[in-house]
Amino acid sequence: MTKAATQKLSSGGLPLVVIYAVLFLVAGMVLIPLVATALGGFKSVGELRVNPFGLPAQWDWTNYIGIFTGPTYWRLMLNSAIVALLTVFLTVVFSAMAAFVFVHIKFFGSAFLFNYLVLGLMFPVATAILPLFIKIRDLGLLDTYWGVVLPQVAFGLAMSVLLFRNYFKQLPGELFEAALMDGCGYFRFFWFIALPLSRPILATVSVIIFVQSWNSYLLPLMVLNKNDMYPWPLGIMEYQGMYSTDWHLVLAFITLTILPAIILFFAAQRHLVAGLTAGSVKG
Amino acid sequence: MTHELTRLPWHKAAWTRFTRTGVVLLLFLPPALLLFTVFVALPMGEAAWYSLYSWNGFGTPTEFVGLQNYIDSIENPVFTTALFNNGLIIAVSLLLQLLLALGLAVLLAEKVPGTTTFRLIFFLPYVLADIAAGLIWKFVYDGDFGLVAKIWEFFGASAPYVLIEPDWAMYAILVVMVWKYFGFYMILFIAGLQQIDKSLFEAARIDGATRWQIFRKITLPLLGPTVRLSVFFAILGSFQTFDLIMPLTKGGPFDASQTMVSYLYNYGVTRMEIGFGSAVGVILFLICVTFAFGYKRVFMKND
Repeated sequence: MTKAATQKLSSGGLPLVVIYAVLFLVAGMVLIPLVATALGGFKSVGELRVNPFGLPAQWDWTNYIGIFTGPTYWRLMLNSAIVALLTVFLTVVFSAMAAFVFVHIKFFGSAFLFNYLVLGLMFPVATAILPLFIKIRDLGLLDTYWGVVLPQVAFGLAMSVLLFRNYFKQLPGELFEAALMDGCGYFRFFWFIALPLSRPILATVSVIIFVQSWNSYLLPLMVLNKNDMYPWPLGIMEYQGMYSTDWHLVLAFITLTILPAIILFFAAQRHLVAGLTAGSVKG
Repeated sequence: MTHELTRLPWHKAAWTRFTRTGVVLLLFLPPALLLFTVFVALPMGEAAWYSLYSWNGFGTPTEFVGLQNYIDSIENPVFTTALFNNGLIIAVSLLLQLLLALGLAVLLAEKVPGTTTFRLIFFLPYVLADIAAGLIWKFVYDGDFGLVAKIWEFFGASAPYVLIEPDWAMYAILVVMVWKYFGFYMILFIAGLQQIDKSLFEAARIDGATRWQIFRKITLPLLGPTVRLSVFFAILGSFQTFDLIMPLTKGGPFDASQTMVSYLYNYGVTRMEIGFGSAVGVILFLICVTFAFGYKRVFMKND
């Protein structure tokens, strides 16, 4: 069968013109708001009013430069980075360790504890947000990075324990037996054999957890009250509140804050897609 | 005696292995269990407890009010609006978003030039934070500056501020939701399509099946697990809608675009009504868990 014939099959035999017309239409609807946002940062308020979606008549760099050289932007990025990196590190370490135990050690209650952890997939953070807030307050973690990081780790565990367990399971069991025979303990096996072999799933889990933490809003909103600790979603909401009618400034600010996510997206999209589909196929 | 001696090393090896196992168990499992218990399981249980009290969060809850918080939260007209809006979100997710995603996945599953680029573009909004997506669309919808305003001006009418019209706000939010999430489901569907054995299409083609028959009888049934899972995600995700609401409308105007979580936030959290907010949380929890178990039992038995 020729390649052209196969192509026609799955699409129901639509002519290429129609296919591309649909694809370009949807791509336009996706991209126009994003491009308009980036371009809007180069315009003045007056120009934005008459020409919100076209190219700027004069490229005005002052909005972007002002944000780049001011302290707010970098502080927000730094706060978000600290929280996200700590969250990723702890989630990966704790869930890999737990998954390792679930796969390699048989003990009474193993299945029960595993199901207990995975139950976390079933309901959103928001349902228990008030008691969670009380808990964080009573532990003295309000207005600390840990107050955001630890609950985020706890809520990320369910999915990553599941992904790590599925991955460890398909590593050959002889590997483990052989290593133990040779006198290699659990720790060394975990650190020097299991983890290095798990690089693909490490990358996948890390990217997913990072994106979740980087984008999270409700939990930091509850925990952090000092705006010098705000991660960027809180900061951008505050900024928009302050400059609500100065859309040119807000748009430049939005563009710069979503830039890291877009860069990460293009750099790590394979891991992102792998993680989403792995989570869905095996979940 | 000699018998004893020869057995000793084995004993010893087994013993070391046993203690090592114990040590690993005690070191590797507790961090995850402890964090999960303290920050997920306990708060969920405490929500059930606090929901029976009238409490502003200071001291310990002493004013027992029974089920009054539940009655109050359900009798509040905003509860009905929120529930209706969550239903609307589910309907749009299933009818519009998933169908759009499926259609595009089928178009992009083949190797026409440019598919990779289109896939990337369609998937791009998904990585943006809801907050950023919401603010971008707040600009698009702005009656003075936005795209919507320009379209209306083109037809010679003055633009409505869709986000401050109670009748329009929720629909405007739904558009943003579809814009942001259809790419995610498209990626899931593409992954599902790639797992289908291509020779099936070939065989059907040779037997003279029409394209629609092939889609209806082969593609769709074999995509079943992916579709069932996407529906599961879409519904469970719909109950959590909050981050997108805040930058666009904050639940307004006049509570027209509240969802369950924004209702919980605006009426429980900002007023520090711990009991009331916990009751709404428990209701939401029960809805999610009932749905999750029910759905898994009915639709995902064999997946």
